[in-house]
Amino acid sequence: MEGRDLAGEKFRKFPHTNAANPCLLRCFYQCVCGKVKAHPLQLCRRYSTAGDSGSTAGKIVAASLLTVGGGLGGTILYAKWDPKFRANVEKSVPYSDQLFEMALGPPPPPLVTLQKKPGKIEPLQISSLSEASKESKQPKAKAKKSDPAPVEAPAAVEEAPAPTPQTLKDEECKDHHEPVLKERPAEEVTARLAQQDKAEQDALAALTAGLEESLGSTAKTTLQAIGAQEAALTAIAAHTNKLKEAMDSQTPPDEKSSQWKALNEALSERTRAMEEAEEALLKAKGELENLSGVINSSKQSKINTARPQILAAEENLHSMIVDLDKVVTKVQTAQTEAKIVSQYSELVNEAKAQFQQELANITPEIQANWKRLSGKLSADDLNSLIAHAHRRIDQLNRELAEQRVREQIHIEVALEQQKLEDQKALERAVVSALEHSREDMRLEQEKKAQEVREVMEAEMRTQLRRQAAAHTDHLRDVLKVQEQELREEAQEILNSKMMEQETHYRRLTQEQLDTFTLDMNAAYARLKGIEEAIDSHVIAEEEARKAHQLWLSVEALNYTLKSAGADFPTEPLEGAVGVIKENCAGNEFAQALATAIPEESLSRGIYSEASLRARFFDIRRLARRVALIDETRNSLYQYFLSYLQSVLLFEREQVAPPAKLAPEDLDTFKLLAYANYSIERGDLELAAKFVNQLRGESQRVAQDWLKEARLTLETKQVISLLSAYANAVGLGTTQAP
Amino acid sequence: MSEKEFGQKWDRCLADCAVKFGTGLGLGIVFSVVFFKRRTWPIVFGTGLGLGMAYSNCQNDLRSRYVLHSKVAKEQ
Repeated sequence: MEGRDLAGEKFRKFPHTNAANPCLLRCFYQCVCGKVKAHPLQLCRRYSTAGDSGSTAGKIVAASLLTVGGGLGGTILYAKWDPKFRANVEKSVPYSDQLFEMALGPPPPPLVTLQKKPGKIEPLQISSLSEASKESKQPKAKAKKSDPAPVEAPAAVEEAPAPTPQTLKDEECKDHHEPVLKERPAEEVTARLAQQDKAEQDALAALTAGLEESLGSTAKTTLQAIGAQEAALTAIAAHTNKLKEAMDSQTPPDEKSSQWKALNEALSERTRAMEEAEEALLKAKGELENLSGVINSSKQSKINTARPQILAAEENLHSMIVDLDKVVTKVQTAQTEAKIVSQYSELVNEAKAQFQQELANITPEIQANWKRLSGKLSADDLNSLIAHAHRRIDQLNRELAEQRVREQIHIEVALEQQKLEDQKALERAVVSALEHSREDMRLEQEKKAQEVREVMEAEMRTQLRRQAAAHTDHLRDVLKVQEQELREEAQEILNSKMMEQETHYRRLTQEQLDTFTLDMNAAYARLKGIEEAIDSHVIAEEEARKAHQLWLSVEALNYTLKSAGADFPTEPLEGAVGVIKENCAGNEFAQALATAIPEESLSRGIYSEASLRARFFDIRRLARRVALIDETRNSLYQYFLSYLQSVLLFEREQVAPPAKLAPEDLDTFKLLAYANYSIERGDLELAAKFVNQLRGESQRVAQDWLKEARLTLETKQVISLLSAYANAVGLGTTQAP
Repeated sequence: MSEKEFGQKWDRCLADCAVKFGTGLGLGIVFSVVFFKRRTWPIVFGTGLGLGMAYSNCQNDLRSRYVLHSKVAKEQ
């Protein structure tokens, strides 16, 4: 039963040894299950310990190596995965950081939040600052470069209100050479401004001249074109009228030819007029293109003051275009009308020719001049003619009937065609009207923009004027303040100089007075000194007497100390101390010292050093015996141990104490050895110090001795002080012969 | 004298030990004879008792300086 319990306890305490002893392990499990009795366990143990001692050691070594290696490998792998763990391990285990560096490489750098760089803000700030000093900088920079053409200067100045940051930065880089912005003299600025204005004016004049020129020419050509178109129009109308008249066959034949001639003339006239109109139109269109080109270029030159002129020119252009278009449409409508009429006339002519042909076919003999038909024609001819005429009439009636039938269809078709044409015309008209209206809107917009711009410019001018006024006011104020300050400064300087002179004069007078007073005082002091010397002599003698008495009483006290015996204390020191007190009633130091003597010594007396020495041996022995005892260790067994220690510990009885006390010197035995040494050499004070360092029971045992030693030391100290004092006083008061 | 106190304590201790030993022995003999048919064990028991008491007394006496005394404060 015991064997089983022991085995169980063993395995509970040392689980790692199971690998080393498989037989035992098996036995353990079997024991836990409670199947096997104790004896086979003992046998097993004996067999196993006899046989496999060699291989079990090897197995132990192998198992331990495996665990250590596994632990290291696992740590390294985890450190690779988790940098925080790595840092922790590096901190806690001394050389792990080197191992990690070897295995994994340097640790990953810690993440630092990137701070947003406010660098970009600076150039913008600089640009905004330099905006304020734009006017002075721009001309200056321009002065550095060669003077550009006057046209470009105003253009550049015009562009100044809207510079790109890029050009500004370039200028900044250039201006680094002169970081200080000198203020240009006013004349130069005004000259430059005047120059710029003049240049602007010139450009403007040139521009307006150009514009007007082109406008004039365009207007002329347009008017010409319009006139030509209108002429063409009238020609067309005349021609059409003439044609209509010619068609109308109610005129007598004589006038027909003249009519036809006139018609031809009118036709030629019309064609000529049309050609002229075309030419003029082309020219006008060309001129209009020119004008628009000029307007565009002048727009691009961006001179603000020219804007109204540009706008007016544009308006004119637009109106001219509109007029031209109107006239052209009129001409076109007239043309279509004329076409209709000409078509009609053609048709009529055709019909007539056909009829004549038919007639000629029927009555070949009859000549074309069928107006003289009635005289020459016979009855047959007339009949045939009439028959033909009737036939013709029938035919025509039939045709008419057919025509009437087809009329509807034709009319519909014609209507459709007309609709299509109308639509096309409408679209064209709508498009052109739209374009015109768009153009109108654009012009209006530009006019409005122009007006707004003017208003803004006027406002800006007033603000600038105000700013200039404020600036002059400010300057005035600053100047006033400066004047005040300077005046005050001057006044102060004057005052200080005056004061200096006065003090100097006063000092001189004072010095004179002082020297006189000094001489007087010196003489008086000497007189006083002599008197005092005489007095002090008297006092000194008195003091000498007192000192003598004090010394005598201190000697008496010293003598009483010698009355100590081996084991009993001295006489009480009361008497001697009382005498001292009487003798040095006026002396505070001696009084203080006399009262400093402890009560115990006065009433009971003190032990001599020799008795204390003798007592110390007993104390030492006892302290050694109870060295081990303190608050925690104070059973009887500890007492026995302490005694045993004191008996068995061999050491030197006296050991010289070191200059400095180290903590290991605070051992009871050492302390007692030091104290022994000191007391043998007569140094009670040092011995008492060492004994004071005892702790525990040793301290309690030595308590009384320590108290006595303290008392003795105190009293002796006071007495030695008193005697030293008495000696000193005596020495001080004795006069050398 | 504090050094003498130690010696006095030990004297008391030994005296006490002797007394208790003797008393224990005596009582053991008495009980063995009277009640337990002269068996050895009451004697041994009595002696042991006596020695034990003496040991305990001695220890307490020597320890008496280091024992902390406490009082239960009355609730007010």
